[in-house]
Amino acid sequence: MAALYDRYSAVVYSVALRVLGDTGAAEDVLQEVFMQLWRNPGLFDSSRGSLGPWLAVIARHRAIDGLRKRRPETDIADVVVSFEPDMAGDAERARAMEKVRGTLGSMPQAQRQALEMAYFEGLSHSEISEKTGEPLGTIKTRIRSGLLALRKAFAT
Amino acid sequence: MSVHEQFAEDLALYALGALQGEERVSLEKHLEGCAGCRRELDQLRGDMALMALSTAGPVPPRRARQRLIEAVAREPRRSAAPAERRWWTLVPWVAAAALAAGLVALWLQNSDLQQRMAGLQDQSAQQLAELQRAREVVSTLTATDAMRVTLVAAKTPPQPQGKAIYVRDRSSLIFLASNLLPLPAQKAYELWLIPTSGAPIPAGVFKPDAHGSAVVVNPPLPPGVQAKAFAITVEPEAGSAAPTLPIVMVGAGE
Repeated sequence: MAALYDRYSAVVYSVALRVLGDTGAAEDVLQEVFMQLWRNPGLFDSSRGSLGPWLAVIARHRAIDGLRKRRPETDIADVVVSFEPDMAGDAERARAMEKVRGTLGSMPQAQRQALEMAYFEGLSHSEISEKTGEPLGTIKTRIRSGLLALRKAFAT
Repeated sequence: MSVHEQFAEDLALYALGALQGEERVSLEKHLEGCAGCRRELDQLRGDMALMALSTAGPVPPRRARQRLIEAVAREPRRSAAPAERRWWTLVPWVAAAALAAGLVALWLQNSDLQQRMAGLQDQSAQQLAELQRAREVVSTLTATDAMRVTLVAAKTPPQPQGKAIYVRDRSSLIFLASNLLPLPAQKAYELWLIPTSGAPIPAGVFKPDAHGSAVVVNPPLPPGVQAKAFAITVEPEAGSAAPTLPIVMVGAGE
């Protein structure tokens, strides 16, 4: 468990921190995510993806739940993350990080904003639409094409 | 994905947890029956994980690690169903197995040492027994109260006899004599080792007992001398460096 922690805690923590903007709350999420894994390792199905990305997604879910002061909405047992390259190695992770930042940086500002609002603020598309004044459909398209752009960056 | 283009955008929102209300309900209904969309959902979550990487940088404080380790120590984990077992659930088992292997190695080492010790004890006991036997042999040979009988052909008058047993490599010599004639006063018998070349070597001075018996055990001898014969002369009690003729008894090696 300590080894898993050493490998993945930074990803889990940084996602939670970015979402919550509070180190104490981010620590709580970190603790909760790893404890959940400890209590019930069967939650994660290694045949359907790798652990690092899965933890990242779970961490985000938990952090958003915390942000919105709501009960956990997603049963983490249902979460399957299909993601080939694991983020286990430091070097791989650093390379992947660069790629993601590069991809986000090259997106149109409005698309990146929509994606980040959905991802880090846990806002629904209608909330984003309200905030930005853009039509719902546009927001939807931006979010999806943003995610697909990331996928494409890693497809090669 | 292309088959269900109408759901594609909703799927991305759903993956992000940003889809609400009616749309969410209808998508979930659709997902139940559509493996293609479920796969796409998994994919989108992978894409989301990539988003997480854009935040990477801050690391949790050290105390968070300690806190987790303490919490883990306090809480026994629920055992996962075997089918659901993942590699890290094996970590404690691997650790236990490694420990067990270590114990087995120690145990083997220990039993090896014990065996070797037992071996040494056996060896030591064996040596003790051999020593005991040797002592018995020697004490029997040298005992003053031993009955010494020389058997000869019937109706043959007793003759002075000597038997020398010599092991050259060990320079070990045992000499037994019987029916020796009594000696004049101030005289003793002296045993000589006659080498294949060179002068006779003194091999012990002795006096027979009242029955004419005598024993010489391991007199001091130079090492590795090839013996041709053994002889006995009568010498002064202190012994001589060279035999004084005549030779009273002699025997050659075979």
